[in-house]
Amino acid sequence: MIPGVLEWLSDPAHWSGPDGVPARTVEHLWYSAVSLLIASVVAIPAGLLIGHTGRGRFLVVNLAGAARAIPSLGLLFIMVLFLGPRLSGDAAFLWPSLVVLIVLAVPPILSGAYAGVEGVDPAARDAARGMGMTGGEVLAKVEAPCAMPLIFSGLRSAALQVVATATIAAIAGLGGLGRFLIDGQSVRDFPQMASGAVLVAVLALLVDLLFAVVQRYAVSPGLTGRGSRGAVREMTVAVRGDSGETEPQHTS
Amino acid sequence: MTWFLDHVDDVLSLAAQHIYLAGLPLLLGLLIALPLGWLARRYRGLYAPFTAGFGLLYTIPSLALFILLPGILGTRILDRNNVLVAMTIYTVALLVRTVADALAAVPADVNQSATAMGYTRLRRFFAVELPLAVPVISAGMRVAAVSNVSIVSVAAIIGIPQLGLLFTDGFRRSFYDPIIVGIAACIVLALLFDLVIIGITRVLTPWQRAAGSAA
Repeated sequence: MIPGVLEWLSDPAHWSGPDGVPARTVEHLWYSAVSLLIASVVAIPAGLLIGHTGRGRFLVVNLAGAARAIPSLGLLFIMVLFLGPRLSGDAAFLWPSLVVLIVLAVPPILSGAYAGVEGVDPAARDAARGMGMTGGEVLAKVEAPCAMPLIFSGLRSAALQVVATATIAAIAGLGGLGRFLIDGQSVRDFPQMASGAVLVAVLALLVDLLFAVVQRYAVSPGLTGRGSRGAVREMTVAVRGDSGETEPQHTS
Repeated sequence: MTWFLDHVDDVLSLAAQHIYLAGLPLLLGLLIALPLGWLARRYRGLYAPFTAGFGLLYTIPSLALFILLPGILGTRILDRNNVLVAMTIYTVALLVRTVADALAAVPADVNQSATAMGYTRLRRFFAVELPLAVPVISAGMRVAAVSNVSIVSVAAIIGIPQLGLLFTDGFRRSFYDPIIVGIAACIVLALLFDLVIIGITRVLTPWQRAAGSAA
């Protein structure tokens, strides 16, 4: 198998044109980024608000649990059958898959944002109020920055799920790296399938790594303990609480 | 609904396959994750590489893993052992960190008491640390169970029989009923796994019930 994969991957014909590796990778990243962006625009403000007001907690916990149990392959096919005939051209392939990816990405981002705000040390919140901050200022200047680590871990697990599921969406006509797996299967071209699988796995790892790096630099040094020791580190533990990270997700 | 009534037997047999493919890896994964988690807890230097390293396995998309495993294991692509191995890998990926954290959460004075009472390290692990770690491990198992049930359905794309076949079958014929029945059956299975794990946890943690009734 390995020689077949190496041979396939080193063939320059597979690296150019609209169905070459670079074009498929760009497609894959494009679908993933659009879905993550739309999901974030909805889920981050909602999660921050729910964490800040404490209202709707029940909704978040149950939504996240229920969403994990829904098999994305089934949801994808329902969406394609339902939305496909109502759209025309490329949109008929694109939107059903995007809807599934957005639906997948919302719960982890929402629970990350919510858990992040909820886990903020009450003393920090009280101190901010005592300094005369309004509710909105507390949210923007204290709660949101303190919630960053969990917001990022929510985004990270959402990104992984989206990248993985975008692969499956190829079966419903979407482009992206999944095409190599699905098209390879239909013509029994095992090297192509395996090469596609390797590429998807590498892409997923790179995306995860990218989020890890961005997280490192986007989170306040006061929270990560970067560059300082002792008191700050202790505070980090207090702020993060014992929940650590949101649970990893992967439904595809 | 009539479609479901006409195909109850098929759905049940697919559900049985699904339970096997999602359930057995939960047990295998736990058996593998326990010693790995223990090592990560015992030797501090191993914690970061173990939890991050095994966690990375979870990032491999399932369809990719289903396709790559036959090449690595030397199995045929339609062999359902590939799915068993893939699901075991995902379970281990989730549970190593959980087991390490669960063992770390066992109060130090309890461990010291056990040692003072003459427990050997091995006996202390099985009689004290592991039982006390059950609630946290069980929380991780519940996440792994729900995730396994959902991931197994993807194996329908490569033709391994389980509930996911209802999705591909319905899609091929542009027919909603099998897909909806399949989704419902997956959710019911996920709930079933959840209830079983909660039940086993209750049996294994009698002190939690005692505390609950006293409060």
